Amino acid sequence: MKKLLEVENLNTWFHTSKGDLKAVRGVSFDLEYGESLGLVGESGCGKTTCALSIARLLPKEGRITGGKILLEGVDLAAMTEEEIRKKRWKDVSIVFQGAMNALNPVMKVGDQISEAIILHDKTSKEEAKRRTAEILELVEISAKRAENYPHEFSGGMKQRAMIAMALACNPKIVIGDEPTTALDVMVQAQILNLLNKIRKEYRMGFILITHDLSVLGEICDKIAVMYAGKIVEMGTVEDIFERTAHPYTKKLISCFPNIHGEKVIPEGIPGSPPNMLAIRPGCSFAPRCTEKQPCCEQSEPESRQIGAGHYAACHFVRGGEGR
Amino acid sequence: MNYREFRYRRLKEFLHAVRNNKMALVGSLTLLFFLLVAIFGPIFVPFSTLEFGEVEDMLLPPGGEHLLGTDDMGRDVLANLISGARISLLVGVLATAISMVIGCAIGIVSGYFGGRIDQLLMRFTDFFLVIPWLPLMMVLAAVLGTNIWNIILVIGITSWPGSARVVRSQTLSVKERQFVERTVSIGASSGHIMLRHILPNVFPLVFANTVLVAAIAITSETTLSFLGLGDPSQASWGMMLHYAFESGAASAGAYWYYLPPGFCVVAVVLAFTLMGYAFDEILNPKLKNR
Repeated sequence: MKKLLEVENLNTWFHTSKGDLKAVRGVSFDLEYGESLGLVGESGCGKTTCALSIARLLPKEGRITGGKILLEGVDLAAMTEEEIRKKRWKDVSIVFQGAMNALNPVMKVGDQISEAIILHDKTSKEEAKRRTAEILELVEISAKRAENYPHEFSGGMKQRAMIAMALACNPKIVIGDEPTTALDVMVQAQILNLLNKIRKEYRMGFILITHDLSVLGEICDKIAVMYAGKIVEMGTVEDIFERTAHPYTKKLISCFPNIHGEKVIPEGIPGSPPNMLAIRPGCSFAPRCTEKQPCCEQSEPESRQIGAGHYAACHFVRGGEGR
Repeated sequence: MNYREFRYRRLKEFLHAVRNNKMALVGSLTLLFFLLVAIFGPIFVPFSTLEFGEVEDMLLPPGGEHLLGTDDMGRDVLANLISGARISLLVGVLATAISMVIGCAIGIVSGYFGGRIDQLLMRFTDFFLVIPWLPLMMVLAAVLGTNIWNIILVIGITSWPGSARVVRSQTLSVKERQFVERTVSIGASSGHIMLRHILPNVFPLVFANTVLVAAIAITSETTLSFLGLGDPSQASWGMMLHYAFESGAASAGAYWYYLPPGFCVVAVVLAFTLMGYAFDEILNPKLKNR
């Protein structure tokens, strides 16, 4: 059986007036049916660009310059704009970050969900309405509310409506681009649990983009840590949290306070992410790394397998156990 | 709260705002008056507006059987005035509709696609914007022939550039909102996005602008008719002014012949303008003083 999604050596560049910005540099990962992958990293590390590349929704300055995005063996990266428009939302759908703004204020919520169904499935209006009601119930919104306008919804409801919209055409992969950032913690947990439940029920691939490592631990099967456009470490939740290999991942985890341990103020990671317009040779994390050696500045570490399904890109990790 | 209640509440809010806005109130009441006159007035008028009267009826001063006197052909001025209201409002509404359709289409397409299409359409708009519209209208009216439908068409196709610019600038801001990106991502075509998502969001501004365009359309019709390019078979206010001028009514002291149509034009145009500004104030969130 084919894999649901295989991303091979994906490169995405932005053309800017100051030169090409290499936002994603050789990212590879894969995803099985019903599996969920978490993408973490600091702001600007290429998480969202990576996701937008998969959904082929890059802004016009952005371009996939290399690599393959194989969805059930079909390369999405090679499709023309018109081909992708027809497949969009049926293959890959996105739950956007700010649901508040992602709904048209002058259209009924139900109509906006039916819109997606009608655009792709060529069904009648009544059929689309019926499906919309079903999906709304699935995300725990009463079907009656389909007749409401977005401003009559609370923030959490809008976000759930966005999830409903993402599920409208039974996509194979759902991407959550920080779907809960704008919500309070209680609602956050609700929404993530809901997404997780639906993903398992319908065996959809799920890619969750977030800054919040603790969320990933709860929801995801696999985690990929990104830094400066590359995946520096990837593995199962246990690999990442228990057998942390890459210095950046260690730093990232240390930034989250542990509720069981003693009171400590997270130290943070000194320095700032590199300028993506002028990437220096060597490991891009080297200037901020506390375990830096002379060779780190010269050659860029390859991603190496250090355990079953556990990869890290650092000169100083060895197979099996992390350093 | 369901959809209908929501609409009802919005309407009530709007009417409340209109009632509290003096400009809107004066404008809409004046317009309502002329609208009623245009619709029901001709039923009560016992005189024909086109047939010439008897010689002894020529240029009678106001009073008696003819409330506002008669013109140099012996026709009743009041009767002419009332049927003129029909023509003026008809021209105003239809010409505005044409102008809005062209303006919206060009403005939204230009703003949404941007780039070369935007450049091309906006230069085309600039071209229409800087053309002296009166000579253009005169030439078009003369070439197409003087009947009321041509006049409406001519006014419609010369008064859209302003609307196109307003709609374009609003489109530029609406298209950057996230719901447009989301609609792209669900696989909607450009046409679908422009019609279903951008148009409803720019519509309030279009509406305020429409009312102002209507005022311009009525002035234009009066101007064209006064210059002799109007439809001679329709008794519009412009045509009355034209005949009054030609027959030398002003120097003959027949004030009842040229003052009423002049007053009516000013009143209707003023009513539209007042409403336009007032609606802009009510519907444009930037001008709201709260």
